[in-house]
Amino acid sequence: MALFARTPVAPLEYSRTLWMRLWVGAVMIFLYAPLVVLVIFSFNDSKRNVVWRGFTTKYYEKAMGNDQLVEALLNSLTIAALATIVSLVLGAVAAVMLWRFRFPLKSAIDGTISLPIIVPEICLGVAFLMFFAAVNWPTDLIWPFNLGAITIAHITFCFPFVTMVVRSRLATFNREQEEAAKDLGASEWQVFRDVLIPHIKPALVAGALLSFTLSLDDFVITYFTSGPDTITFPVKVYSMVRFSVTPEVNAASTLLIVLTVALTFVALKLQGVKAIAETH
Amino acid sequence: MTETARPIIQIQNVSKRFGKVTAVDNVTLDINAGEFFVLLGPSGCGKTTLLRMIAGFELPSEGQILIDGQDMAGIPPNKRPVNMVFQSYAVFPHMSVADNVAYGLKIAGVKGGEIKDRVAEALELVKLGGFETRMPDQMSGGQRQRVALARSLVMRPKVLLLDEPLSALDAKLRAQMQFELSDLQEKVGITFVTVTHDQDEALSMACRIGVINKGEVAQLATPSDLYEYPANRFVADFVGSVNIFEGKLTLDDPDKAAVDCPGLGKVYLNHGVTGPHGADVWIALRPEKIYLHVPGEGKAVKAAAQDAPDGFNFARGKIKGMSYLGDITLFEIELESGACLRVSRPNLSRHDQDDFTWGDKVSMHWRADSPVVLLG
Repeated sequence: MALFARTPVAPLEYSRTLWMRLWVGAVMIFLYAPLVVLVIFSFNDSKRNVVWRGFTTKYYEKAMGNDQLVEALLNSLTIAALATIVSLVLGAVAAVMLWRFRFPLKSAIDGTISLPIIVPEICLGVAFLMFFAAVNWPTDLIWPFNLGAITIAHITFCFPFVTMVVRSRLATFNREQEEAAKDLGASEWQVFRDVLIPHIKPALVAGALLSFTLSLDDFVITYFTSGPDTITFPVKVYSMVRFSVTPEVNAASTLLIVLTVALTFVALKLQGVKAIAETH
Repeated sequence: MTETARPIIQIQNVSKRFGKVTAVDNVTLDINAGEFFVLLGPSGCGKTTLLRMIAGFELPSEGQILIDGQDMAGIPPNKRPVNMVFQSYAVFPHMSVADNVAYGLKIAGVKGGEIKDRVAEALELVKLGGFETRMPDQMSGGQRQRVALARSLVMRPKVLLLDEPLSALDAKLRAQMQFELSDLQEKVGITFVTVTHDQDEALSMACRIGVINKGEVAQLATPSDLYEYPANRFVADFVGSVNIFEGKLTLDDPDKAAVDCPGLGKVYLNHGVTGPHGADVWIALRPEKIYLHVPGEGKAVKAAAQDAPDGFNFARGKIKGMSYLGDITLFEIELESGACLRVSRPNLSRHDQDDFTWGDKVSMHWRADSPVVLLG
């Protein structure tokens, strides 16, 4: 009898106990049910999109054919890519600097660097609005320069996240590796390139992922900093929802989900299983 | 020892202070080319700081360090003709074994073909041939250490510095690596400077040992000199096991001397001490140099030694403690004065441990050239 042949559940094998499985299942439903509904209803053949009226992909075609939506998506991706690259460099350099060197006002900088994470987004948004108005930031530039204000705002709240993850990774760095590289003839720059960067690579990947997704779905700050002619994907979706929630919105959102999941997957592949094992 | 004792490292009046703490205190020391030199001392004595100053990771507060006649002041670690094997090995985890070993050569701009040959040669030297493509996390601690060794040796440094190289290995592997390191040093002919707190390690590998205590050189000697002729109480006590008794010098002739120890009685020596009469001195006596008589045997030995009363020293006591260690048995013997004497006895036959038991009254003797008189 298979029932009796089953090995008994060991004291710490929580993943095999029934109540734990039920709990995990409940958490998963809580987290993902709304997303699943969103994806399913993107295939709904109904303009009002309240009850299921049959399968169709026509709203995907409609979304792809919506020039404004595509432009908004393109803008969002451009901003996210730029913000990620700059945040990565800025955040990593800040983390290494705070970890490696002593300089005046270090503790003050250390304390304020993560402020953009803590300050409510709405305040940041208003602050940026005032700031760009005060400096007379031009709003009539050609693409992609018209995205400048939004990108700068995004970098501001993205790079502290990079600093945070890179710093926690640096805390596990064995300084003897740095000394070993120097001992073998490496200059400061070579130590940085050959030893330190490979060590913080998992944190850089994680930081890039964080920055990209934070930037991609930011609404509040973008709403305040976008000019009259620049629109990003979340802002566009918001304006579409104001009229009615059509399956077109669902389709567009689903595409965005697929895109983020794919990017995450690629990033984790890039990072490799090995890099994760190295953390130990 | 090489035929010519040419100093490759000259440490001259070097001190190192960290804030108010003096880690290294006015050390002057020459390390000769081609020798296996060991810095031995308890943890926190400054030996690692001394090593790191040679490597260039710490700068001396005072004094200078010369490597091959060249003053190292202002020369950063990456420009010094020495390489170091770190305590944690510091093998680069994201590089394969071959890439680890090749790293220094690549930095130095050595050509690809030569790199390959030299890496293969270095790995062969540390018995890691065939491990080129392994990643460090797929290797044991001992193997990682060999990678670190190869990575340094491939640079053909003038001096190889090793920081506690064997401390992370298990006892069996440590004993094996002691021999291998000595072998390797002879084979490559590079000067090795090792830091350790383990006296066995130091005694078995070194040509010469510098014992460091509280940042100062306590003694500089060959392993056997260090053990048999310790210069002071610290060295006698730190290297090996020893009985130390305080006493007064009561007789000091060119060919004989006597020290009156309240704890041990009168100790005769068959050589002069050259100390002032009545001076406070210490007697150091190694446990294995004391011969323990099985009951009944003592009288006969004493009778035989009557002709030369100064040639032997006698003592009586009671066995207070015994610990059987396999190859030897350690005895703690309470003397009539109340002081305790540690005596070790080799188990030459399979029944030797049964000769004595707790509470036995025993007699002991030791030769007149066995005790060491220490003036400090």
